[in-house]
Amino acid sequence: MKIAVCIKRAPDMEQRFKVAPSGTAVDEAGLKFDMSDFDGYAVEVALRLTEKAGDGEVVAVSLGPDNVQETIRKAMSMGVARGVQLKVDTVPMDALAIAQALAAELRDGGYDLIMFGKHALDSSNGAVGPMVAQLLGLPCVTACSRLEIANGTGTARRELEGAAEMVGFPLPAVLTIDEGIARPRLPALKGIMAAKKKPLEVKPAALGDVRVTVEAMKLPAERPPGRIIGEGAGAVPELVRLLQSEAKVL
Amino acid sequence: MAHVLVFAESRGGAPRKVALETMTAARTLADAAGGEVHAILAGPPGIGAHAASLGEYGADRVLLIEHEALSRYDAESLTATVAARAGDGAYRAVVCTASAQGRDLAPRVAAALGAPIASDVVSVELDGDVLRVRHPAYTGKLVATLAVRGSPVVVSVRPNAFSAHAAPKAGTVEALALAADPGASRAKVVEMVEGARDRLDLADAPVVVSGGRGLRAPENFALLEELAAAFGGTAAVGATRAVTDDGWRPHSDQIGQTGRLVSPDLYIAIGISGAIQHVAGMRTSRTIVAINKDKDAPIFKIADYGIVGDALEVVPALTSEIRSARGTG
Repeated sequence: MKIAVCIKRAPDMEQRFKVAPSGTAVDEAGLKFDMSDFDGYAVEVALRLTEKAGDGEVVAVSLGPDNVQETIRKAMSMGVARGVQLKVDTVPMDALAIAQALAAELRDGGYDLIMFGKHALDSSNGAVGPMVAQLLGLPCVTACSRLEIANGTGTARRELEGAAEMVGFPLPAVLTIDEGIARPRLPALKGIMAAKKKPLEVKPAALGDVRVTVEAMKLPAERPPGRIIGEGAGAVPELVRLLQSEAKVL
Repeated sequence: MAHVLVFAESRGGAPRKVALETMTAARTLADAAGGEVHAILAGPPGIGAHAASLGEYGADRVLLIEHEALSRYDAESLTATVAARAGDGAYRAVVCTASAQGRDLAPRVAAALGAPIASDVVSVELDGDVLRVRHPAYTGKLVATLAVRGSPVVVSVRPNAFSAHAAPKAGTVEALALAADPGASRAKVVEMVEGARDRLDLADAPVVVSGGRGLRAPENFALLEELAAAFGGTAAVGATRAVTDDGWRPHSDQIGQTGRLVSPDLYIAIGISGAIQHVAGMRTSRTIVAINKDKDAPIFKIADYGIVGDALEVVPALTSEIRSARGTG
């Protein structure tokens, strides 16, 4: 079983964000970065599948400037065998341009599965995975919350609004992974040491035309300051009165 | 070049409520482009009975696909069909809903067309050759204004970002054939799990009642269910990540940056401290109420109205007060 996992470096979301002086990007100064959350689940799922199969290889692919090497090493410390950096100076907001670069890399890789996180926490698009599937002509299941693979076929569960669907698919396939499917392992010291010696190939990214650009990046409007209207059950009648007469939501 | 193709999402043989919001976004674009809205309505035989509702919400034409296999979502045949139609030269934009289904379909269609995509947008504006959209990025902590060049472009519209406006048009129904045989699809929905069908979904609910660790034990969520019931079928119950991680509530109920994003008219946060991860999932709610024991909890900074107190004491009082206010008790 040969699996590629496409991972993205993204800021830790539990931080305060500022807009860069350009007005079109996040100010990265002082921000901590890590592998985007959902991608960690994808790496974990891929590792478990190859461990269960008893043979195979997991390859981490990341598009970005040299700082993505740190993210690839993190995946290696979890157990990924090797890495590929598709080098660009900046990662565009154009999902198709990115998908084209990834598809060019993955097309002849002989992968049984190509996996992504459900979406990256920074761009929050979730488009690159299904786009790669379409470009490669592969079956695809997005936002898998459960997954079984056996004898060249798979079944995945997708959560819908108020329902779920079970999807059957043949391999090779592209999957995007939702959280909760398998808790990502914490790299052990041995894994961290081993990761330093694993092969990491750097290639230029065959990025497509960039037709989606960021004109402005803004903090959302602040909510007006609220107020504490009282303590305990005694404050409830006043709350309901305000919801009716002031907020007009009842 | 000037028409707008919209995929009106359906489930269970009828269009979803969010499809009408998406129609409104599509109508905005078509009016700006001086073109028509053509709505694809795809589902099992009989779904055509709902075509008129799309006309009321701005469809000049309804492109109707009725096929037995479409009682379930069939990504591959629908991708081929939407892309074939969108690529015939008549369309400026293809609009889908950024739902579980639309987030799956829209990127495939864009890739099939070689078209740029703007995902999960909360506004759309056509400005000459540029489609300008706003898109909440960084899990809603920032809002990006994006310029999208090229034609056609594919857009997916965030649920609850647009209010559905009636805009009656002819809604002329025209049959559309599938461009690929669903029988040949490789990935197939083999089973629908309808678990929560009778419950209002969090994303659709005008009122969300949400609980955190302050409820102290899973069984106390019964108080939230009662409060939600007092709203007479318009409220859904959500939870924080701490609570779903502990298995008190199903994972699908988690509201936050890695869970569901909700934007109801009224959000009632009960026993929730207001961690950044949770707030990212509900900060755009119209009115926020917080009930928490700790008067310094960060949730009070974003709540319009706060009550300091024990959830187990305040919630039953609120339930009975809501019942009498709404005449449901």
